[in-house]
Amino acid sequence: MASHAIHIEGVTRRFGDTLAVDDLSLSVDVGEVFGFLGHNGAGKTTTVRLLNGVLAADSGQLHVLGLDPQTQGPQLRARTGVLTETPSLDERLTAIDNLTIYADLYGVAVQQVKQRVSTMLETFGLSERAQEKVGGYSKGMKQRLALARSFLHQPDVIFLDEPTSGLDPVAAQEVHEMIRHVSQDEGRTVFLCTHNLVEAQRLCHRVAVMEQGHLVAMGTPKELTHEVGTAVTYRLEVAQEQQAAALAVISRMPVLQDVEAGDEALTFASSERDSVPDLLNQLIAAGIRVYALTPQATSLEDIYLALHAREVNKGKVLGGVR
Amino acid sequence: MNKRAMWAIIRKDLKVVLQSKAVLIPLIMVPLILLVILPGVGGLLLANADADSQIITEFRSETGAFFDNLPDSLNQKLEQYDNEVQRITYVMFNMFFPALYLLLPVMAANVIAADSFAGEKERKTLEALLYAPTTDRELYLAKIIGPWVAGIAIGWLGYLAFVLVLTATTLSFMGNIFIVDVTWLLLILWVVPAAAGLGLGAMVLVSSRVSTFQEAYQLGGMVVLPIILLLFGQLGGVVYFSPMVVLIVGAVLWVLTLGLIGYGAGNFKRGELIARL
Ligand SMILES: Nc1ncnc2c1ncn2[C@@H]1O[C@H](COP(=O)(O)OP(=O)(O)OP(=O)(O)O)[C@@H](O)[C@H]1O
Ligand SMILES: [Mg+2]
Repeated sequence: MASHAIHIEGVTRRFGDTLAVDDLSLSVDVGEVFGFLGHNGAGKTTTVRLLNGVLAADSGQLHVLGLDPQTQGPQLRARTGVLTETPSLDERLTAIDNLTIYADLYGVAVQQVKQRVSTMLETFGLSERAQEKVGGYSKGMKQRLALARSFLHQPDVIFLDEPTSGLDPVAAQEVHEMIRHVSQDEGRTVFLCTHNLVEAQRLCHRVAVMEQGHLVAMGTPKELTHEVGTAVTYRLEVAQEQQAAALAVISRMPVLQDVEAGDEALTFASSERDSVPDLLNQLIAAGIRVYALTPQATSLEDIYLALHAREVNKGKVLGGVR
Repeated sequence: MNKRAMWAIIRKDLKVVLQSKAVLIPLIMVPLILLVILPGVGGLLLANADADSQIITEFRSETGAFFDNLPDSLNQKLEQYDNEVQRITYVMFNMFFPALYLLLPVMAANVIAADSFAGEKERKTLEALLYAPTTDRELYLAKIIGPWVAGIAIGWLGYLAFVLVLTATTLSFMGNIFIVDVTWLLLILWVVPAAAGLGLGAMVLVSSRVSTFQEAYQLGGMVVLPIILLLFGQLGGVVYFSPMVVLIVGAVLWVLTLGLIGYGAGNFKRGELIARL
């Protein structure tokens, strides 16, 4: 069990009639960036709370770093860092005070506190305004400070609950770099709750998809593509004046679906690989000049939507966001 | 016990409190009015009063029954004085003031705790704290120590100011510092900590049921009521703060305080706190 950073088996937690987490089982390896995806109310935050012993499970087993969150909470929490959904900063205090207090709380060696705090402020681009009260910070700055706080004591497992919400693309990119760095170079484990699929696809070794408290799929983004078996989308570029002719050729082939004509290219989906050379032959035969025919990588978003549709069909989920 | 973590929480709470006008204003105004202005003005008026003046004679005759029925222990003390102004001064500040004074530690601990319990909920800073590597017990202790100690300290400083102001205004005609004796010592060392604890304990109870500082502050003020009753009791000449009475009042307050703090400890569980955020 200790070989896994996180191990969950059959964990359930209810709030009244709501099943926030329903018979959840999963393991996360040391050094892995694990994506935890799900709609609003899927149970992501609840899971993070359970894993840190801040909330008790109704049933099931949890271990983080080989420790039981319920009985060994303080020892465990000393080795985890959590970015909560709301930054949870003391807005009446300066950034330095906010971090210094948490350095003490997490037991950062006394003689290292000053250095560590200023390094974190530097890393997250807050040095210049470190003496200001956090209440005057922008949303993105608060988010960065909260992130700095969760990395401050160099935790073995880092839980990030939507780390890039509220950040501009550049800042989000920096956070992604940071996550990659702590995982690849420092061997820390990252448990990343998000509904940003691009983010998950870019960063995560594996992802789990949650729907209303239960796990609907888990694996590498690639594995999920296979599992869902969605059609591949292709992009076809032809001369502008030949678009209509190309469209006519495509529509004669029933295997090609979801055909759309854009300004610069046509897109369509196909689940049969052989349809590609067939199409190309027909286009050439029709005298159409093909500039490009490229498969588009299936995005996690496609998988996610497909999974969601599948759950809705099964009748498990009411559909949409509650 | 993770002392360093607890100390960090205490420091944080007090630092945050010092930034809040809603907390600082009562913390400054109440002792200023109660223990500086009121005794200062009273002391000055009495210092300038003539024992044979009409006001004093009238006051004495109107409160005749009250003065005639003072407890024996108080009458004994009054024998050392030879005029009415001195006696009125003594009774005023030893009989009416102690209960008024006790409002201070109750109020101080109460309002500070309102900020660090309910205010913390309102500001949404509790969640990060719950993820810190402390036990529930350590967290609770750290959260109550700050307001408690601050309430006691403010009570003591208030007393110091009270003594200085009265000495400055009344020493000339009283001939001694008449508000430093065993009774006051017991009040300071035995009752003030209990009173601060009561203000705190009541706020811990209130805070778990409300979600903003304002609500907590208003509801929490209701604990000051029993103290006011005590004060009225004295005004009616029912209670005089003799050392025995002080010991008993202190004991009652301690029982209430420890009951409230203990009850609060039982309810202070991470899992429940986070579910109520
Ligand atoms: N303290 C609570 N009391 C009652 N219900 C709760 C509580 N906490 C969570 N729930 C319910 O449990 C379910 C899961 O909530 P959770 O916050 O874990 O979802 P989430 O995946 O983090 O959602 P989001 O993306 O909106 O943050 C929801 O239906 C929520 O209403
Ligand atoms: Mg959430």
